[in-house]
Amino acid sequence: MALKASDLSVGDTHEEVVVEDLSRTQIVQYAGASGDYNPLHTDEKFAVEAGGYPTAFAHGMLSMGLTGTMLTNYVGDGRLTKFGVRFSRQVFPGATLTAKSTVEAVREEDGEHFVDLTLSTTNQDGEEVVQGSATARIDA
Amino acid sequence: MAVERFPVEAGHIILFARAVGDKNPIYYDEDAAKQTEPGGIIAPPTFVQSGAQFDADYGLRPKIGERWFGSGENPSGSNAPAPEGGDKPRGGGGGGTGLHAEQHYEYHRHLNPGDVLSSTTKPGKTWEREGRRAGKLKFSESVTEYRDQNGELVITARSVGVQTERVVEQ
Repeated sequence: MALKASDLSVGDTHEEVVVEDLSRTQIVQYAGASGDYNPLHTDEKFAVEAGGYPTAFAHGMLSMGLTGTMLTNYVGDGRLTKFGVRFSRQVFPGATLTAKSTVEAVREEDGEHFVDLTLSTTNQDGEEVVQGSATARIDA
Repeated sequence: MAVERFPVEAGHIILFARAVGDKNPIYYDEDAAKQTEPGGIIAPPTFVQSGAQFDADYGLRPKIGERWFGSGENPSGSNAPAPEGGDKPRGGGGGGTGLHAEQHYEYHRHLNPGDVLSSTTKPGKTWEREGRRAGKLKFSESVTEYRDQNGELVITARSVGVQTERVVEQ
């Protein structure tokens, strides 16, 4: 399950489609689980008429959570040591997102092996919505 | 924001994993989780964000008996006249708005159901720049430390928020 240093090379990529046709219901589901009930995400009337947005849109943290699903599938359970993102673009209902990781470095520190990854999640138009980086503990 | 008591519960982990579209059995099934390297259920990597549920002062949750800024009779509760002697709801839209710009986590260990966390948040740097699609952008950073029931640091989170001058152009 866990990655091995001996199998990894700089530039290796892994990608997954993490959501297809994102529904407003999934955004509401995320609001309920996370506790962020900002009506910009869950209340179409508020988002459009009071917020001035074309429609309600996903929490940045939902995009990060979806990206995290690809990441933990790739590096294995309990292996992440760092995970950080920048939200580059809003994600709207109907989005199909693909999360991709690229090996930046494979290194050893105090006898433990780590992989550093760069992350990029793009929408159906190829626009980047999340860019980030992560580090995971790997096997030798 | 400070959270005194954030109990990590198995049911909450299931709800959170479903919401982020994660089918990994380690979040759902205790028996399956026993066969994994962590040896039990853990929380997904962004789960601590749901500590907001346990923050008494969190402004983005309707509070019982308080007016809410989302739509009801009006598109925003903030548009409605405040009741006599009452307060207008906090938050609200219109024009510029607060958005989440960055989020970073450092994991010292992964969370298990049964952990009881507490967190403290300190403000960090602030900076400004001119944005291409939303006018002047004011960034502010905060650092949250999550500690477990033994006082051990388990996750360090760094968050960057941005206040935009106007709604982001698409």
